[in-house]
Amino acid sequence: MIMDLLSYEFIRRALFVGVLVAVCSALLGVSLVLRRYSMIGDGLSHVGFGAMSVALAMNVAPLAVSIPVVILAAFLMLRISENSKIKGDAVIALISSSSIALGVIVTSLTSGLNVDVYSYMFGSIYSISKDDAWIAGGLACVVIIIWVLFFDKIFAVTFDESFASATGTKSGVWNTVIALLTAITVVVGMRVIGTLLISSLIIFPVLTSMQVFKSYKSVTISAACVSVAAFVIGVAVSFAFSTPTAATVVVTNLVCFGLFCLIGGIRKGSRKNG
Amino acid sequence: MTEKGSKPLIKCRDVAIAYDKLLAAEGITFDVFEGDYICITGENGSGKSTLLKGILGLNPLKSGKIDYFGISKREIGYLPQQTSIQRDFPASVYEVVISGCLGKRGIRPYYNKKERQLADYNIERLGIADLKKRSYRELSGGQQQRVMFARALCASERMILLDEPITGLDPMVTAELYSIIRQLNNDGVTVIMVSHDASGAIREAKKILHLDTTMKFFGTAEEYIQSDIGKRFLSR
Repeated sequence: MIMDLLSYEFIRRALFVGVLVAVCSALLGVSLVLRRYSMIGDGLSHVGFGAMSVALAMNVAPLAVSIPVVILAAFLMLRISENSKIKGDAVIALISSSSIALGVIVTSLTSGLNVDVYSYMFGSIYSISKDDAWIAGGLACVVIIIWVLFFDKIFAVTFDESFASATGTKSGVWNTVIALLTAITVVVGMRVIGTLLISSLIIFPVLTSMQVFKSYKSVTISAACVSVAAFVIGVAVSFAFSTPTAATVVVTNLVCFGLFCLIGGIRKGSRKNG
Repeated sequence: MTEKGSKPLIKCRDVAIAYDKLLAAEGITFDVFEGDYICITGENGSGKSTLLKGILGLNPLKSGKIDYFGISKREIGYLPQQTSIQRDFPASVYEVVISGCLGKRGIRPYYNKKERQLADYNIERLGIADLKKRSYRELSGGQQQRVMFARALCASERMILLDEPITGLDPMVTAELYSIIRQLNNDGVTVIMVSHDASGAIREAKKILHLDTTMKFFGTAEEYIQSDIGKRFLSR
């Protein structure tokens, strides 16, 4: 069956883009989740939906509009979260629900909930164009190269921003880089897995890995592996049972999480007894 | 105030420093000499931590001047207050300690042998070699502070700045940490510590700086015990 599936070009492309998005979101997720910025991924995807709807209504290229808008929103949200005076989570919720409201109004005034809008909400992994595939490939290369080269710097900034700044690491620059990459990953990921579910790709693999692994390096590597495995398994299952792909991938992630919780629990129990 | 002919490492002159645009402390003038053990004390909100961050260059000065002699801002080891993020962060002790070498590394994307040895040396020095592969979040409060000391020492052998290092620790662990700081100071590490534990400060530190939005006192611990402000603060 697998060979049959892989003989279709659109499936190969879907897997290629999906795997790359899965790796990127897992890597960025490690930083975002550990710094309690999980909701930023969710908020950004909703902003992306708003921007996408407006772009479709105005008949301009969705990516060209939504990437800058989402980048702007990413900066705004990180800045607000850093400022302890304002309740960051509340503001993120405000921005994201306002974006959805705007998107829905614009959509209903113009074309109505058409196929394009629907596909951005729930992903349309099998209709990815060649251009989208190139963009996803390029993005993934950038994220992975940055992560490998600056692994320790990203760790230091994530773990302890004030110590990192005190010893000469430019925390502000790295926060900006992380915000930028998150924004781009969210926008590209929306095409694959959809607005409503993209944040799960950012959050699940990290939380799953944290149940079992204890060092930053092992959590990062595990998150990337879990993310890719859950994606591929999810796609295969969705084919076998004709379920919606994006939703199946998320449920696979949930199953992985449960499995890792179990393993983590057993380990802890055996250590207590032993 | 000159000290056995030695030159100061850091000179603060009439420093005023702000936190979130509010003036946190002003009129701060003091020198830090090689081998000093200074405790900055005062009530909560008196600007102690803000001053420490000012010395590190993390908080901009509102006025006045801090000069560094033969030491750069980046050559100061820092032990910040613990954040809630760190308490359940999945990182091994070794990963945390060696991140102290990051400033030395520049743009090289990996740690070289010398830096790895320095991390091992400081892990050994703080008696946490058996915890090296353990996860930071599984450690007790005292063990976590030892890890933070080792990391600070990786960043600098010469001077460490400690921000409330004993807060939330039980008396036995506190005593252990004080003896670690004493040992480091005897080895020649210059120590500046922020603490509201005044009785610990006069027992351990050589000099006291009392802040209450302005600098109320700077001198030796003995002088502080005799001073009015010292008497008042100690008898709280």
